[in-house]
Amino acid sequence: MAQGFLVYVENRNGRIRKGSLETLATARRLADALGRTVDAVIVGDDAAAAQAARFGAHRLFRVAPADVYNSRDGVVELLAELVRQESPAWVVASATAVGKDCLPALAARFERSVIQDATEVVVEGGELLIKRPIYAGKAFEVLKPAGALAFLTLRPNVFPAAEAPAAATVVELATAVDPARVRTRVAEVRETAGGKVELTEAAIVVSGGRGIKAAEHYPLIEQLAAALGGAAGASRAVVDAGWVAHHHQVGQTGKTVSPTLYIAVGISGAIQHLAGMSSSKYIVAINKDPDAPIFKVADYGIVGDLFQVVPLLIEEVRKLNA
Amino acid sequence: MKIGVCIKKVPDTETRIRIAPDGRQVSLDGVSFIISPYDEFAIEAALQLKEKVGQGEVIVIAVGDEETGKVMRNALAMGADRAVLVTDPAVIETEPYDVARILAAVARKEGIELLLFGKQGVGQDYQQVPTLTAEVLGWPAAAVVVGLELAGGELTATREIDGGEEVDRLSLPAVVSAQKGLNTPRYASLKGIMAAKKKTIETHALAALGLAPLAQRSWEVIRLEMPPARAAGRLIGGEPEAQVKQLVELLHTEAKVL
Repeated sequence: MAQGFLVYVENRNGRIRKGSLETLATARRLADALGRTVDAVIVGDDAAAAQAARFGAHRLFRVAPADVYNSRDGVVELLAELVRQESPAWVVASATAVGKDCLPALAARFERSVIQDATEVVVEGGELLIKRPIYAGKAFEVLKPAGALAFLTLRPNVFPAAEAPAAATVVELATAVDPARVRTRVAEVRETAGGKVELTEAAIVVSGGRGIKAAEHYPLIEQLAAALGGAAGASRAVVDAGWVAHHHQVGQTGKTVSPTLYIAVGISGAIQHLAGMSSSKYIVAINKDPDAPIFKVADYGIVGDLFQVVPLLIEEVRKLNA
Repeated sequence: MKIGVCIKKVPDTETRIRIAPDGRQVSLDGVSFIISPYDEFAIEAALQLKEKVGQGEVIVIAVGDEETGKVMRNALAMGADRAVLVTDPAVIETEPYDVARILAAVARKEGIELLLFGKQGVGQDYQQVPTLTAEVLGWPAAAVVVGLELAGGELTATREIDGGEEVDRLSLPAVVSAQKGLNTPRYASLKGIMAAKKKTIETHALAALGLAPLAQRSWEVIRLEMPPARAAGRLIGGEPEAQVKQLVELLHTEAKVL
């Protein structure tokens, strides 16, 4: 059979990243359409491998965890070895922090660039057409990979993750990457999310803007996000004012999110903010200014005082979930 | 210590993007250009390191055109010592790997010990040139960095990762890409702006760096598209209690997202 896909499955503390499952399922959908196969690679124990095996790969290469794979350089060495050995046509990962860093390091070894952050991949005339946002989603480019080897990452939360009918054959890999190949040493990993949902993976995002008026009101946004089981975001104005840390920022110079539901609270809707959230499925705007541009993209709008509306909304959501 | 800062010229982030008549590129007519916002954090980090070490040179590096040279003046006005611009008809249609090869060649030629970047160029949003360049050079790299310290010839870089932070240690020479939060970029002073006018922007063609453009392209641009237009939705009127009740009802039964 002709060359197919090689998917890097990211395993974080024994849990497979949601984006990796989406990537596996997408590779399988494309492989079926093209009559190709999907190989996947995971560093992890048997349980992680078993989970990954249900999501679309025909063959799953499993490598036992080792310190060397806690660094990007170690993972890239492993992937480079597999690319040389298996000669895939497409190497794919989820566009997580890890994926977006590993794939360029890997592609460079094959003198290629990476198609980062794809939001749509279709098969046309036996080839892949890949759509990715540019200018943070103000426009999209549609690319066709050239040459026999392409590298791409898929934006998390955009592609569906579905289990495949047949489970993968697991191939144990004895490959041992030489720790001397690791140039950047990882000294420490700190979890700051404290078990909260990651902004780019969240199904529901609630963001606060200048309308919240002061840092001490940001918890109102967090409470609404928590009530909805979602993540809390912010506009650039709120981050620049120092009311909340930058990793909460949604927009062109922050994160791009595509949740099922995005609630913009006290956000006027500057073009650079809209760029980061306008691909959300449903948008709700709460703002006291009826002329705020955010209402032009919102599915549902409430013109009103957020300090009245949001506490009522938290209460109503809690009632619904009770 | 020689610190290189790679910058990219991009349209101002408030620019409304239009597709050019050929359907394959963005129309840049009448657009005002800036240094990509993340690059400013890299410039600031370089200036702070030089000030801390007490000696050295900050060299701004870019691949681009005459307009790129103009935005490089802003970096010189912030305090960078000089600039190197690689401009050549063959670099107009470059892909990230080509840019990385060119930047790596400049870094080698200049004897750079630390090469800084913004984490991504705001525009094409390729998000890979720093990592590609590090690989071409064979140097250690830390991407999306929010904390950076240099002690005893070793860098400690704090990276933003999904749901947390990672602390990396790197020996020089190294590549680091800056994320917002690393520092607060300084404004160019009037004195800095005046001084920048006298600073050199050296220009090189590819041949001068011993480089030819790559024959292998990683992709072909088929077309550009605008995002699907969102129709304005429904404004919910009434008193706050009624508004909230109706909103939750709509999200629950119509949108089915709650």
